[in-house]
Amino acid sequence: MGVTEAQVWDWLDAVPDPEIPVISVVDLGVVRGVDVTGAAVKVTITPTYSGCPAMSVIALDIETALARQGVTDLTLETRIAPPWTTDWLSDKGRARLEGYGIAPPRAAGGPERCPRCRSTAVERVSQFGSTPCKAQWRCTDCLEPFDYFKCI
Amino acid sequence: MSALFEFLLRQGDNALVLGHRTSEWCGTGPALEEDIALANTALDLIGQTQLWLGYAAEVEGKGRSANDLAFLRDAYDFKNLLMVEVPNGDFGRTLMRQFLFDAFQVPWLQALCGSSDQRVADIAAKSVKEALYHLERSSETVIALGDGTEESNRRMQAALDLLWPYTGEMFADDAGDIEMAEAGVAPLPSTMRAAWDQTVQSVLAEAMLTAPQSDFAHKGGRTGKRHTEHLGHMLATMQVLQRSHPGAVW
Ligand SMILES: [Zn+2]
Repeated sequence: MGVTEAQVWDWLDAVPDPEIPVISVVDLGVVRGVDVTGAAVKVTITPTYSGCPAMSVIALDIETALARQGVTDLTLETRIAPPWTTDWLSDKGRARLEGYGIAPPRAAGGPERCPRCRSTAVERVSQFGSTPCKAQWRCTDCLEPFDYFKCI
Repeated sequence: MSALFEFLLRQGDNALVLGHRTSEWCGTGPALEEDIALANTALDLIGQTQLWLGYAAEVEGKGRSANDLAFLRDAYDFKNLLMVEVPNGDFGRTLMRQFLFDAFQVPWLQALCGSSDQRVADIAAKSVKEALYHLERSSETVIALGDGTEESNRRMQAALDLLWPYTGEMFADDAGDIEMAEAGVAPLPSTMRAAWDQTVQSVLAEAMLTAPQSDFAHKGGRTGKRHTEHLGHMLATMQVLQRSHPGAVW
């Protein structure tokens, strides 16, 4: 019996993002397509930022995870268009980000609230953070700094 | 050399040389946040380089890769603007250069999103999101330092005076540009002048800085004919590993 596309999506949803392991590569929106033809599986991925150093690790992790499920005929294709956007983050991913201490992206351009104490009194420390997809903010109530997932 | 190949080298080399220059700050930024911001900016630019030079290598069709183009060409084969190869100087000058470049790059990449060449349009659409973010930061920093202390204002004005004669090269059309414009691949660079002027004048006014009156322009980077002495030194550092250990892989 061959694999179904839904099965492959499920397996990919168990592959953690290498830099933010609480969300999966599917939550992050980098998996753009799954095509199954007989035993052949094609997975299309897109980079978050053009220089994102995690992309090669993500590709390797996907390959390893699918090989473990018995997929031997895998094609991984990288596509840059349409460009990745934070709109592709899943709701599950957004909730997990906040639980992990990273404020999820918002179209308004800044975090809604401090991921720790929920205060809305927050200020920006820097437009850039520990990875290309994050910025540094600080809560002026609990005084803790936190990461904000940049909205692009 | 085909006009498309040369156009792609110009795109890739601007990103590569500015990206490498910016990465020279890694570990020596004036504050931890600024160090990280510079490293991230450099990373975006190197990512864009891979896209532009990757396509350039395909168009050339001689079996070279993006890495070959980056690490095995000599200074005179580079097609970047002279402005991006000028040494970093202090933090203020580095950010002033970034700003003068970003103010061009944003409308330029926005225009390239409508290119008749789909690959060019796709790379531009990916890159412009990053360029917009860079422009936001470089504008804010130019304003903060220009309208900062007497010392920071003096340094930013000196940076502007030094870099100004390099800005004209961005708008100087040549035969290759005309061919790209006729093919609908890219607009003429000269048509970006009005948008650039508007961004630059409004940010400089807020930053309490004055643009020099002279419109003298250093040229020779985009054609590769006359680079500054600085590019060779930069490439010596950037290319040393592939030059001394050809084909070495990570
Ligand atoms: Zn808080």
